Amino acid sequence: MVAAPTIRPAARRQPRPAAARIKRTKSWSLTALTTLMLVYTLLPLAWLVISASKTQDGLLSTFGLWFGGDFALADNVGKVFTYQDGIYLRWLGNTVFYVVIGAGGATLLAALAGYGLAKFAFRGRKAVFALILGAVAVPPTALAVPTFLLFAKMGITDTVWAVIIPSLMIPFSLYLMWVFATDAVPDEILESARVDGAGEFRIFFSLAVPLLSPGLVTALLFNVVVTWNNLFLPLIMLKDRNLYPITMGIYTWNQQSQTVGGDVVFNLVITGSLLAIIPLIAAFLLLQRYWQSGLAVGSVKQ
Amino acid sequence: MRITRRRALLGAAMSITLLATGCGSADDTSGDAPAKTSVSDADIETALQTGGNLTVWAWEPTLKKVVADFQVKYPKVKVNLVSVGSGNDQYTALQNAVKAGTGVPDVAQIEYYALPQFALSKAVTDLNAFGATSLDGTFTPGPWGSVHSGDKIFGLPMDSGPMALFYNKEVFDKYAIQVPTTWAEYAAAAEKLHKANPKAYLTSDSGDAGFTTSMIWQAGGRPYRVDGTNVGINFDDEGTKKWTSLWQGLIDKKLLAPIPGWSDAWYKGLGDGTIASLVIGAWMPPNLESGVKAAAGKWRVAPMPQWAAGEKVTAENGGSSLAVTEASQNKNLAYGFMKYATVGDGAQSRTDQGSFPATTAQLTADAFKNKEFPYLGGQKANEVLSAAATQVASGWSYLPFQVYSNSVYNDSVGKAYTGGSTLHDGLKAWQDASTKYGQEQGFTIR
Repeated sequence: MVAAPTIRPAARRQPRPAAARIKRTKSWSLTALTTLMLVYTLLPLAWLVISASKTQDGLLSTFGLWFGGDFALADNVGKVFTYQDGIYLRWLGNTVFYVVIGAGGATLLAALAGYGLAKFAFRGRKAVFALILGAVAVPPTALAVPTFLLFAKMGITDTVWAVIIPSLMIPFSLYLMWVFATDAVPDEILESARVDGAGEFRIFFSLAVPLLSPGLVTALLFNVVVTWNNLFLPLIMLKDRNLYPITMGIYTWNQQSQTVGGDVVFNLVITGSLLAIIPLIAAFLLLQRYWQSGLAVGSVKQ
Repeated sequence: MRITRRRALLGAAMSITLLATGCGSADDTSGDAPAKTSVSDADIETALQTGGNLTVWAWEPTLKKVVADFQVKYPKVKVNLVSVGSGNDQYTALQNAVKAGTGVPDVAQIEYYALPQFALSKAVTDLNAFGATSLDGTFTPGPWGSVHSGDKIFGLPMDSGPMALFYNKEVFDKYAIQVPTTWAEYAAAAEKLHKANPKAYLTSDSGDAGFTTSMIWQAGGRPYRVDGTNVGINFDDEGTKKWTSLWQGLIDKKLLAPIPGWSDAWYKGLGDGTIASLVIGAWMPPNLESGVKAAAGKWRVAPMPQWAAGEKVTAENGGSSLAVTEASQNKNLAYGFMKYATVGDGAQSRTDQGSFPATTAQLTADAFKNKEFPYLGGQKANEVLSAAATQVASGWSYLPFQVYSNSVYNDSVGKAYTGGSTLHDGLKAWQDASTKYGQEQGFTIR
């Protein structure tokens, strides 16, 4: 997926017969390998789709990788939205809220900070750079408990802020924006804008943002995925079921099967998971063309 | 999560913090002597009538109705029942909250194996202050012993799990297998079944700390000796060896299905006959009904197999208590609620909803014993199960850091199940890991 767009424009520029010859000599092993990877990647997804069509009983009594028994997809979807007073929809709404505010905010902050660091020379810039690289290396999981203790002192655990504030800081996307801004926004444009008397904020929003947009979309996609899939942080922070994101909700449904007297609902866990990834897939399909052109930037000398 | 668990244990620093914050009516719990009764039943009744807010962390599903009924009876009390996750998830949350000093619930559900850990770290209150000793005889010996730590009482038993043999009668009949009454017969049955149908196993086990300790408990092993912060760990005693030699035999002959408990494969196996029996706690029937619908009518219950013919010894497997946290601002009310839920009207309500009681009154009631389970082919299963509750061997104790120990069980003993080690060596490694951890936490390990 990542390699495709950077190869294609280059290949097109080559004389066609030559390209065809090169392709043919390499194709068998490469095709086999990519096919294998494709199957490997799609198999879990296929399992998810197939399993979502089964009842709780069918799930346990039929072969996992093919349809069996009743086709209960519609029934499962209905149950997912009505089980436990329809709390699934609330969880989905929570996740969307966390993603819009958290991932959206993180992208904005990353763009501002990345642009600032790339385009303004100031004392201690190297130190900031080192700090951010270090922050990229620290797994969020390791920070969860200290963050919890900090938030507990502030009295904001078990509120939406406990999830949103940490997800506003994604050092990797700041790093990404910084690197991107360095190349994508030529200093000459900024200088001429300043000469024309534009303020820094105007320059950023009117000039830099359009130039940064491919990188912004990349960072946004990355942040959306991270925030959408976030489980550990809410697991530590949230007690109130009504604040759970979808990941936590499905996790608790799954945990019911391991609880004395708990209701076993594997079929709802699976169907709920399938429904939960659809918005992510949609986001990728809608945003991928921006993302692709973003990746190619800097690969060709102007 | 594991990181938290490791860190969030006791250690001198934490105990001091807790004492310094000093939120407790039962002040003398810090010493070794149990708290003297300082709260009378009248005080508790007053608290219930005066009302207030209570936060209860519990995942047990039957408590929902208990809370609703309780609020009808005591309209001025507002109970906030929160499920913050089951088992380890809740313990992590509780330890984090205790450490942070805020957001600690008034009442928490804690499994018996985990209770000593919270007791020793002073996260939960000694209930002697509320006259809990007067409840002697109210509960069956197994769970009542499990909430004790020395003379102190740290929780009220909510349910219990005396062990029994659950088996798939259809599979047993098909291969003409007698219901085993001794472990020797059990091993023979395991061999016979797997020979008759190579896809079928008498039971499954891929390494489960709770099951192992329960089995050693029944066999007479007492690997853990706990006296305050003096802890003995020894998996070399006779009882433990009895169990390892039996179970090692089953592992060596590949007679145990390598399926982890509570996984979807496990539920599948219980439904289609590839796992033909379970030696497990008496709380199992509702889980079979909910998770193994495919085998409705096929399962039955029999007494747990014995080490010698004619014996009647069982052990506890699972089960949990309710405990009042040290940080609770309204302990009288919290205790009042707990008493309602575990010995008052709540006990009956929960039993009616399918929970397996820890109270002798509910266990010996005719209605309970005569209850027919349609799922179990109409069997009066409680006759077997309530008898098992009276046969729990005494003298068992869990480590004051059992939650941690259980979390590393698979790193050591787990290898025995895949042939990389033996149960005996695995238990030895587990012992070493537990000892090391205990020493790091400031325990004196003998």
